[in-house]
Amino acid sequence: MKHIVYLYEASSILGSRREALTCTLRNLRQVRQLDYTFKFGAIWRYSDLILEGIVLTLQLSLITMIIGLALGLVVALAANSPRRLMRVPARIYVEAIRNTPLLVQLFIVFFGLPTIGIKLGADTAAVIALSINMGAYGAEIIRAGIESVRRHQIEAGRALGLTSYQTFRHVVLFQAMKAIYPSLASQFVLLMLATSIVSAIGASELFHQGAFIESRTYRSFEVYTLITVTYLLITLGLRTVFAGIYWAIFVRRPIR
Amino acid sequence: MIREFTSPDVVYLMLAARWTIGLALVATVGGGLLGLLIALARILPIPPLNWLAIGYINLIQGTPLLGQLFVFFFGLPLLGFSVGAWTAVALSLSLYASAFFGEIWRGALQSVPKRQWEAGAALGMTYRHRFTHVVLPQAVRIAVAPTVGFLVQLVKNTSLTALIGFVELTRASQIITAATFAPLQVYLTAAAIYFVICFTLSQLSRVLERRLHGTG
Repeated sequence: MKHIVYLYEASSILGSRREALTCTLRNLRQVRQLDYTFKFGAIWRYSDLILEGIVLTLQLSLITMIIGLALGLVVALAANSPRRLMRVPARIYVEAIRNTPLLVQLFIVFFGLPTIGIKLGADTAAVIALSINMGAYGAEIIRAGIESVRRHQIEAGRALGLTSYQTFRHVVLFQAMKAIYPSLASQFVLLMLATSIVSAIGASELFHQGAFIESRTYRSFEVYTLITVTYLLITLGLRTVFAGIYWAIFVRRPIR
Repeated sequence: MIREFTSPDVVYLMLAARWTIGLALVATVGGGLLGLLIALARILPIPPLNWLAIGYINLIQGTPLLGQLFVFFFGLPLLGFSVGAWTAVALSLSLYASAFFGEIWRGALQSVPKRQWEAGAALGMTYRHRFTHVVLPQAVRIAVAPTVGFLVQLVKNTSLTALIGFVELTRASQIITAATFAPLQVYLTAAAIYFVICFTLSQLSRVLERRLHGTG
C-alpha cells in the first residue's frame, strides 16, 4: 500500500516539477530574455552512480535472460508436446504474456500479489516479472530454432552411425544455436532496454539511478538525456560484443 | 474513503482504453508518414541520406522508449514549446514508431528480388515507374503482416506514457487502485483489456500473413 502511494505521488511530483520548470523559464524570458542554459556539469559529480547503474542494468538483464531462457525452453518443449494437457497451457502462457504490456505485468507482480499474501521486494518483483516476460519470447525463439534444423540432417547423423545423443550434440545443437543466435542477441538488447521499465517500482537499475540524480539536481532534461545516451552506448557495446562472439564461434570455426 | 472495485470501475477502465487506442492511432499515422520517409531515405541510392536514416534508426532502436518519453517531456518546454503531456507523448511515440516502420518497410522493399527491377528496366520503365508500378505493390503485400504485428508492440508501449502522467489505460488503473486498494483485480482487468486489443491485432497479423504469403 505504501508503494501505491509512493507511485501515485512520484507521478504527480514529476508533473509539478515540469510545470515549475516551464514557469521558471517563462519568467526568465519575460524578465531578462534569458535562455535556459544546459548544465551537464552538475550531473558529472554523479558519474559513479551512473556507472553503478550500468552494472546493475547488465546484471539484471543477464539474470532475467538466463531464468527467462530456462523457462522458455520448458515452455517450448511443452508447446511441442503431443499431449494437449501440456500444449494448451503453454500456448495460453505465451499469448497472454506477448499480448499484454510488461508494465502491467510488473504491476500485477509487485502491487497485485501482496493482496493474496505474496510480498516481494522491488528487485525480486522486477526479476520475476522480467523473467516471466522473457520466458514467452524465449519460448518462441527456441521453438523457431528447433524447427530450423531440417529433418534430413538428423537422419544423416543417424545414418552415419551416431547415437541420438551424438546426433543432437554434434549435428543439431550447433545448427540450432547458429540459427537462433541472432534472435537471442537482439532479444538480449531488447530485454536490456526493457529493464528501464522496472524503475517504475523503484527497482535498482540505470534508469532508477537517473531518477535519483534528478531528485538531487533538479536537472530533469540533462539527466534523462544523459541516461538515454548511456543506454545507447550499452546497446552499441553489446551489439559489437555479440557480433564478435558470432564471428569467433560460427564464422572462424575450424572444421572438425 | 476506500471503496470496492465494482463494475462502474471496469467501465471507467474500458473508457480509458480509448486513450490507449487513440494514442496508438496517432502514433501509427504520424509514425507511418515519417517511417515512409525513413524507408525511402534508407533505400534511395544517395549515401549521405542512407547514413542519416541508419543513424536515426539506431538512435531510436538503441535507446529505451521510456528514456525518449522523458527527454521529450522535459525537453520540449526547454526548446520553448510549452506543450501538454498529450503532445509530448504523441510526438515521442510517433518518432519511436517511425524508426520501426522505416525498418519494416525497407526490409519489404529490399526483399523484392532485384530481377524485378531489372525486368522493369528491360521494359524501358523509368526508376520512378519501376518503383511505383513494379516494386511497391509487391512490397506492400510483404509488409502488411509485420506492420500489423508492430501495432501490437505500439499498443503495449503506450502503457509507458502512464509513467509521465498521461491518463490512458495503465494510468487509469493506477488511479482506481489508489481509490479501491484492489490492485490485483484492477491490473488484471487492465491486462484483459490490453489482451483483447493486442490479441485481435496479432491474430489479424497472422491471418494476413497466411493470406498474402500463401498465394505468393
